[in-house]
Amino acid sequence: MDYIYLKDVTFTYRGNNKPALLKINLKIKEGEFILITGPSGCGKSTLCRLLNGLIPHFYSGELSGEIKVLGISVIDTPTYELAKYVGMVFQDPENQLFLSTVEREIAFGLENLGLPVKEIKKRVEAVISFMGLESIRDKAPYELSGGQQQKVAIASVLAMQPRILVLDEPTANLDPYSSMELLNMIARLNRERKMTIVLVEHRLEALLDKVSRLIIMNNGRIILDGTPSRVIIDKKAKIVGVPKVIEVYEKLKNYGIDFGNPPLSPEELVNMIKSRVGAIERGSRRG
Amino acid sequence: MQLSEVVVEVKDLFFSYNSQFVLKGINLEIRKGEMIAILGENGAGKTTLIKHFNGLLKPSKGFVKVFGLDTRKVSVAQLARKVGLVFQNPDHQLFAETVEKEIEFALRNFGFEEEVIKRRVDWALNLMGLAEYRDRSPFTLSVGERKRLAIASVLCYDPELLIFDEPTAGQDYLQKERIAELLNLLKTRGKTVIIVTHDVEFVVTRFERVIIMSSGQIIGDGSTREILTNLNILSKARLLPPQIAKCAWLLSDLNIPKDLIYPEELVEKLKDLISGGHE
Repeated sequence: MDYIYLKDVTFTYRGNNKPALLKINLKIKEGEFILITGPSGCGKSTLCRLLNGLIPHFYSGELSGEIKVLGISVIDTPTYELAKYVGMVFQDPENQLFLSTVEREIAFGLENLGLPVKEIKKRVEAVISFMGLESIRDKAPYELSGGQQQKVAIASVLAMQPRILVLDEPTANLDPYSSMELLNMIARLNRERKMTIVLVEHRLEALLDKVSRLIIMNNGRIILDGTPSRVIIDKKAKIVGVPKVIEVYEKLKNYGIDFGNPPLSPEELVNMIKSRVGAIERGSRRG
Repeated sequence: MQLSEVVVEVKDLFFSYNSQFVLKGINLEIRKGEMIAILGENGAGKTTLIKHFNGLLKPSKGFVKVFGLDTRKVSVAQLARKVGLVFQNPDHQLFAETVEKEIEFALRNFGFEEEVIKRRVDWALNLMGLAEYRDRSPFTLSVGERKRLAIASVLCYDPELLIFDEPTAGQDYLQKERIAELLNLLKTRGKTVIIVTHDVEFVVTRFERVIIMSSGQIIGDGSTREILTNLNILSKARLLPPQIAKCAWLLSDLNIPKDLIYPEELVEKLKDLISGGHE
């Protein structure tokens, strides 16, 4: 079964004449880690809103096509039902946090589901330990740094045990180091928990070596969709700016030095170079 | 070579909020025509420092002189004509009914003539790609667009010193390129430009001087090459090195110099390393 299934989806916000999404076809399987990127206004946030039913249940407009999440039709299912399967994290964690302590914040959604107290406690403990939030569990969200707040927002979504996690620019307000920590944590969720993840981000250089699939959108359409190493060397990927290691790879290729697959991080480029140099040295010793 | 005039002079600057020091002994000299990036993690004191450059904050100890004027002795209004500061959050400075009126506001305040105002407004709107929005309310624009409007409303009165707090945050690649072009234009017009940012990759190829702050102090001040290849300073400020610097550092055991910052430089060295081995 496809975890996410979109067929010929077109959506136009009420009051606009230009569609925000145009004939989107997309299938996502269990355990995939998908990075969606593209210029502002390309439709990537709109796509996220479809996955948990915010469109069409909160944002009105003209919607056509078929949208299924875990086989369930998004159009026919209320958002509180969809929230059990699809967890959503936004740019600004402050809008998502409102309780007196981190622990209560994480428990809140579970209380709403009407789960027994014992189960709630168990899940809260599990999430606090997985996310490493022990030292801040009794703090109020406003006492936390932006990076910690975003972790708490993710924790409270994870406690609901969704099958799919959708994150819309979660690092937009964080400094580089906190961003890196958060993105590593998201990658770990995918690796260790097999969580299916859809992540919208501009920060390609931090993510290329972590995701399993890269989608680039422009003007409401998907213009590229495939493995990061295939998509990133496509000419059309230039509209999102390619990382510097890719630039080095392409320049070397022009000089006849070809490494085959492009390096997705500085470490990968360095390894490629070291093994090439090692091979040359072994060759010259033999010769 | 004769050095250009000093635009900003900061001497033993301390600043405290609620008896806690946020700036602890800053010394700094900025000259006309320089392009400077100030980097550091959240809470390092970057924004507090630049708010001293237009007199919005006054030193608790030490002094700040801007165009020779001691900021303790002049008002924000007196400095405003020569110093333009664009805040990180555009909503802290936008308030007019339409985009056009927003840009006109400062020009009217400074008493420019109608004809000049009209010309300047058109220029700034076009430059920031906002011409189609001139009659819209600023609050119907996206965050990225509001940010460019905030920049336009400072550009229009042509200050000598321009300070941008996080200009590239929330901007996509193409808009970042547009901001980079704007900075270039300002440079060719002899302006002094200071930006506060986290965006190491944006800074590395475009700025000549980098200042790194951590816990209210300057822990690095020098050429971009010198500072952004100093992994020691970067890690103290919880910054990540630019990709090329990181590659060079990891390749130093193959005799690649550690201070590379441009893709072209690394490519040259790698060409020698790899094809040199062939021949």
